Amino acid sequence: MTMLKIKDISVRLGQFELAGVNFEVARGEYFVLLGMSGAGKSVLLQVIGGLIPASGGQIFLDGKDISGEKIQRRRVGIVFQDSALFPHMNVYGNIAYPLKSLKHRAGETDRKVRELAGLTGVDHLLKRAVANLSGGEAQRVALARALALDPSCLLLDEPLSALDVQLRGELRSLLREINRRGQTIVHVTHDYEEAAVLAGRIGVIEGGTVVQEGTTAQVFQHPKSEFVARFVGIRNFFRGMLDKEKGREEGRGKGSLRRFTTGGIGFTLLSDEPPGEGYVVIRAEDVIISNDLASSSAVNNFSGVITGLEPARMGTEVMVDIGISLGVLVSDDSAASLELAGGKNVWVSFKASAIKFIRK
Amino acid sequence: MNGYQPMKLLFAFLGGLVLLFIVAPLAGLFLATSPAEFFETASDKEVAGSIWLTLWTSMMATLLFGMAAIPFSWLLARRKFPFKKFISAVINVPVVIPHSAAGIAILGFVARDSAVGQAGEKIGLNFVGSAPGIIIAMAFVSIPFLINAARDGFASVPEKLEKAALNLGASPARVFFTISLPLAWRSILSGLIMMWARGMSEFGAVVIVAYHPMTTPVLIWERFASFGLDWAIPVAAVFITVCLVFFIVLRMVATRYDNVED
Repeated sequence: MTMLKIKDISVRLGQFELAGVNFEVARGEYFVLLGMSGAGKSVLLQVIGGLIPASGGQIFLDGKDISGEKIQRRRVGIVFQDSALFPHMNVYGNIAYPLKSLKHRAGETDRKVRELAGLTGVDHLLKRAVANLSGGEAQRVALARALALDPSCLLLDEPLSALDVQLRGELRSLLREINRRGQTIVHVTHDYEEAAVLAGRIGVIEGGTVVQEGTTAQVFQHPKSEFVARFVGIRNFFRGMLDKEKGREEGRGKGSLRRFTTGGIGFTLLSDEPPGEGYVVIRAEDVIISNDLASSSAVNNFSGVITGLEPARMGTEVMVDIGISLGVLVSDDSAASLELAGGKNVWVSFKASAIKFIRK
Repeated sequence: MNGYQPMKLLFAFLGGLVLLFIVAPLAGLFLATSPAEFFETASDKEVAGSIWLTLWTSMMATLLFGMAAIPFSWLLARRKFPFKKFISAVINVPVVIPHSAAGIAILGFVARDSAVGQAGEKIGLNFVGSAPGIIIAMAFVSIPFLINAARDGFASVPEKLEKAALNLGASPARVFFTISLPLAWRSILSGLIMMWARGMSEFGAVVIVAYHPMTTPVLIWERFASFGLDWAIPVAAVFITVCLVFFIVLRMVATRYDNVED
């Protein structure tokens, strides 16, 4: 069932323009809008929230047209990149703000504030002034505050971009947990890794419009336009399982050789992530193609058949079927000297360190 | 850095001259007033009455007109509307025109034969030669100080916070009272103090609209004109003391508020 439907939304802000944006988000879905900075992602979120008026189009929330609805009645909670906490209130005051706006009873407000602070892990900070919060804490409070609105849809505007890697990981888990509880989320980001980790579905926004929409695998493996391909930059994007580490003892050095299986194929890679489901990314330019198996330091060697050659921005992209389809980027000169052509048998090789694992 | 030393000394010397220029006449005023004279003047009924009148009329002017000026300042800071630049210029007119001219203008506006004067008379309000007239004259010349300070205060509040509050279900009025006003409060408070101070010290406009009842600036002038400098000095010393005490107390209250906020 559709929770949020964006229909032909257009906006003109000076030089900037959103033209005919369309997408739908199902109830309980985690939808990530992926685009470069300046693509209009944040503007789009603010249009949904009513903070910026659209010049055309409609927005439906839970089946109701909210295009002309007042901001304060829309019930879509926005979490801004810089949290936008109210500096003259403490953490409790911030989380309680929407509850007081909605005129909840004092007892109910108190119960809800504590419940949300517990969920977001800020229950020990309730009396803290917001100026004394770290970046991660501030974003958790901002999340709790937006959730206090009991929003039909939660809108996240690059909520992780100001945080360091470890905090980002923790906050991602929290976002997944919030989504698991049934909260519909629209999250905008420029970080494809963030999209891969969090998204149920992805919409790619370019030049003021959504150019592709689909599951993570659909978008990453079959980019519809050159922009999408270049932006997500990864033809070789595979979902699968990372095995347990073999023979690794507690406290041993990080990054041992691990096994990742996808579609019946096994890759060897370096990772210190816990075992489990995830994605691997292999940059097409990191894969070596040869007519015979050459001895090298590459531990991943597969024989396969060339299924296609496509001109790429730099050189030629060769698609090789090794059981799964692998993209290899070679220069035009190499393609000619190796006499690469459709149907030819070749070897592809890449090092364990050329594979990047992204935990789902 | 040593190269700057002579320049720093010169600047400090110039600063000292300016400071002396401000402090010396005031100090002279107090040195010319003996303690006995000072207390005698302070207990003079006419003086005490005028000080009280000055204090409460300037406070009323600040509060009454502030209630309209503060929301208006928010509009000036946040909204675009036709003739905004022109309106902003008009607001500062009372600062740049001679205050006697301002007094004449107000007198014409509130005189008994004017529309405002006649309307006031119907509800028993007489503006000429009365406290309400003094309040209007004080407000006229002092309101730009509040509007400018409050507008700058509202402009410095990140608009995103107001938008975030709206997004969190708050009505525009709630956003104004719970977000914009508290965050701009420092500037508004300083604007209110400036407006009050400016109203309290007003002579030119007040003397034309209401020679009687006499505010202290008018009383000081009257004593000077009728009896000479010796009679005016103690009144001036007492009035300046009262003003200083009030401002020091207000500043302390404001500073304490600032510290609480931090």
